[in-house]
Amino acid sequence: MNAIVEKGVDKLVSTEWVAEHLNDPRVRLVESNEDPLVYHSGHIPGAIEVDWIRDLNDAICRDYISADQFADLLSRAGIGPETEVIFYGDKNNWWAAYALWVFEMFGFTNSKIMDGGSLKWKNEGRQLTKEIPSVHAVEKQTWNRNEAPIRVMRDEVLAHCRAGKPIIDVRSPMEYTGERTHMEGYPNEGALRGGHIPGAKSIPWSRAVNPETGSFLPLESLRLLYADYSPENETVVYCRIGERSSHTWFVLKYLLGYKNVRNYDGSWTEWGNLVGVPIEK
Amino acid sequence: MGQFGGRADREVSSLPPKLAEVVDMLAMFTDRNEKIQAIISIAESFQGTRNPKPYDESHRVPGCESEVYAWAESEEGRWHFEFAVENPQGLSAMAFGAILQDGLDGLTKNEISEVPDELIYDIFGRELSMGKSMGLINMLQMCKRLSSA
Repeated sequence: MNAIVEKGVDKLVSTEWVAEHLNDPRVRLVESNEDPLVYHSGHIPGAIEVDWIRDLNDAICRDYISADQFADLLSRAGIGPETEVIFYGDKNNWWAAYALWVFEMFGFTNSKIMDGGSLKWKNEGRQLTKEIPSVHAVEKQTWNRNEAPIRVMRDEVLAHCRAGKPIIDVRSPMEYTGERTHMEGYPNEGALRGGHIPGAKSIPWSRAVNPETGSFLPLESLRLLYADYSPENETVVYCRIGERSSHTWFVLKYLLGYKNVRNYDGSWTEWGNLVGVPIEK
Repeated sequence: MGQFGGRADREVSSLPPKLAEVVDMLAMFTDRNEKIQAIISIAESFQGTRNPKPYDESHRVPGCESEVYAWAESEEGRWHFEFAVENPQGLSAMAFGAILQDGLDGLTKNEISEVPDELIYDIFGRELSMGKSMGLINMLQMCKRLSSA
């Protein structure tokens, strides 16, 4: 068992725990992936798929689904207020953390992440299936969208930036410097300008994970990684569209106990196109 | 149209024959899950490069989260490609690598340069994430760059 799970971080469960709860009706396993083929190539028995684009995003407006659509999603997924949702997925739980963040936006907090994600589950030779589970829908509940505690919008980021408060850019170093936005012959990164928000420091999201196992680093290593920051300070994280930064948001909030960390999901695809805002390279 | 819901509204007759064949085959699926399984089968047929590790960074496809590398060889102006997909969960990259390896095989640089980026939407559908779209498009762009060098 990973040390971080042993230490009782209550927002994580181990693969062993999941294996023991495969038939637990109080638990709903939810796989959310960056690669849309992965779930269908074999998933944990009983797990349903939540697709970021089809299930969580508004089809027209750049925003997430409405509270009513979220209620529909949970109803057809068989998830009630008492259901414990365990998220997991590919790419070191990158998209699993994103799905958890969106669920929390609607007040659904009875959720955890399976440490190590599908990589660890597969590496341990655990059971996989291609069978799509039949889910009994539950009664539709009322969920209210209250994003302010975990999501931050551009005007607040600008004020945060001007106040010199902590901002963490979790993209790759080449994105942070703006080098990748301008690679000749390749499509741009969805932004007219390359660089980062002034004052933001670069800590790529993936450094919080052991790439061999997919597990989060031990708490002591995570504290060292974010040693320049304090759990007491108001902190903003961002990437390109807010998915990678939701992974860092999870680490800071639930593994390191940051009291006020918010995800700027407008991220560089918004900031790098905004008229009149400052950038750094 | 949903993810994997079919190909874009665009003439595919201008595609090289082997690519058009794949696109037409996938467009025949009306069931999303069946189409996904067909693409997974293509991914499972993917054969990686014969080049030894470690791979030179100059062969790395930029911006691809699945850690893809690409190589090209030409014989009398006809090009052949090989790929490596280092992420074992990079199934879309494996499928696209297999499709490009076969579909671009034996083409000239001019023929390769005319393959549109929209090919990825013809294969995977319109609703790919931004990162996934860019990674896959960059695989095709890398083939174009290598064959025009």
